[in-house]
Order: sequence, then structure tokens, then C-alpha cells
Amino acid sequence: MDCIIVDDDNAARLIIKQLCKTTSKLVVADEFSSAIDAIKYLNEKTVDVVFLDIHMPSFSGFDFLRTIKSSAKIILTTSDKNFALEAFEYTNVVDYLVKPVSKQRFETSLKKLDAFSEKDTVTEIVADAKVPSSDFIYVNVDRRLVKINIPDILYIEAKGDYIAIKTAGKSFIVHSTLKKVQDKLPEEFFMKIHRSFIINFSKIIDIEDNSVLIEKSVIPISRANKSELIKRLNLL
Amino acid sequence: METPSLHYINSLAEGDEDFKKQLINILKEEFPKEKIIFLNNFNAKKYVLASENVHKLKHKISMLGLEEAFTMASKFEENLKQNNTDLHKKFINCLTKITDFLNHI
Repeated sequence: MDCIIVDDDNAARLIIKQLCKTTSKLVVADEFSSAIDAIKYLNEKTVDVVFLDIHMPSFSGFDFLRTIKSSAKIILTTSDKNFALEAFEYTNVVDYLVKPVSKQRFETSLKKLDAFSEKDTVTEIVADAKVPSSDFIYVNVDRRLVKINIPDILYIEAKGDYIAIKTAGKSFIVHSTLKKVQDKLPEEFFMKIHRSFIINFSKIIDIEDNSVLIEKSVIPISRANKSELIKRLNLL
Repeated sequence: METPSLHYINSLAEGDEDFKKQLINILKEEFPKEKIIFLNNFNAKKYVLASENVHKLKHKISMLGLEEAFTMASKFEENLKQNNTDLHKKFINCLTKITDFLNHI
């Protein structure tokens, strides 16, 4: 994987370069003392990983994250532990390394990177990609925008930091939350029936006790959501 | 009382003398400059700028294994943003200790 290092501190960049030498998985393509120069680079070239310092003068690591269009995975490096919560609001942030970075901690970071990369179909919902009145959403799959027809979605399942969007014959693993995807789907067809499931009403085959059947999947209904679900069905 | 050491740098180097030399050269070259910038800003009562300088110096403090000093510097960095200079003396002691150490390696 090609990576770049963005840090205004010369010593910090040298340390990350040295740590990258300990693995054959990473090749340092370039390094930048300025986040703006790194953004210009990423507008021209593609890398897999960015080691990014948060605390930089005039243009911080968070400014960088808000600006880049690259789908590169980000490993944040910082002397402060205080930004961890904010850091993970960005879906492409894989890890948060507190300086001074030890070899052991760096290795843990590589494992997290592997876990991210192994998911070939890892996708990311592209913010605002859905036109409100349209029948589809776009997801970013290996730097390609893939269209998913909303009526084809059977259900969506939460899986830790990911969601699985199930369509007939396909499953898209997306680094997102049920809340985010629910906001992009038409309320009249989709409903959250369990803390881990959003379903497409039109795909329900039958409902039995506390579960619904969609294709061959039995999906639980939480007690709190059952009455709302019944209300919304077209009951005789 | 904790003293500066090269343990962290040696653990990263794992015998790579070029890396070790390069990193120590950066420390020797940049630390005195960053210290002067900090002192100038502090003496001019430009505490927010001084806190930025402390932030940058903090990483070098941590590289030399000074964990207690790093914690103190983090507090000092935050204090300076509130115009609180209480930890100044301790911070200066830490900088002096590092200066002596870098002069002898």
C-alpha cells in the first residue's frame, strides 16, 4: 500500500518513515510538512493510506479531513488524546496514534488497516449522493461510485461499525450507521424494526410473532417497534 | 527524578545507526530554536503562541522518555491558553535538562 506522511514536525515524519520500514505492506510515496501541499498532491495522485498529524499550524488535520476527496484510509497521529472522539466521526479514519508512537502500537495499527482493507466490498455512503426524489443511492466501492436502486434493497443490518445493505443476490458492506442510511431512504417504504435492522416494507413475505420474513431471512422485531409496524401495514 | 534517555529512539532504531543519527541531529538542531521561539513568545506575554510552541516541544520531550514532564507540559500548554503561567518554572527546568542532555550526546 502506498502511503504519505503529513506532519509539520520533521522528527515525527522521520519516526513514521522508520516505522513504515518495519513492514513490507507500506511504501512511503511522499511526505509533507504542510496539509495544503498534501491536498494538492492527493488531487493529482492516489494513495492508500495517509498518516496525518492533527495539530498543524494554519490548516489542521481536521481541516484536511474535511477537504480531501480521496478515499485513502487515514491514520491520525497526535500528541493529544483529547481528539479521539472527534477523529472517529470521519469514516475513513482507521486509527488514532498518540505520539510518541511505539513499534508495538504501530503494529496494532497495521492490523486495523488490514481489517479495513480485507473487506473487498467495503463501501462508504457518499454524503449527499442521493437526490431526495430519486430511486437510488450511490456508494463508493473501491473508488467507483456504484448505484443501488432503493426499491431493490431488502433490508439493512447493523454490524458493529458497518452496515450491510442487502439486495437480491448482493450484500454491500458499508462503513456507516443505520441512522445515516435511514436518513437517505424514503420513510414510506423503510422502517427501523429493531435496533439492528431497517426493512423495506414491500419485501415482507410474512410476519410471525416477533419476526418478519424477507426472502429467506428472518428478521427480529423489537417490542417497542412492533405496534408501529402493525399500524403501518395495509391490514384487512 | 526522571532524566532524558534515548530508550525510545534506540527501540525504534533497532540498530539502524543512520536513523538514530538523523533523529538526534533533528533534535539537536530544532530543539534550541524551538526553545528560543517559546521564550520570546512567553516573555512577550503572547501566551497563545507560547502554548503552540509548548505543543511542538512536547513531542521532543516525549521522545526523550520524560513522561512526567510530558504530562506537565500538556497542562502548561492548556494553562497558557487561559493566560495561566503557573507551570512556567517547571517547564523551564525541563527545557534546561533537555538542553544539557542534548549537549552531551
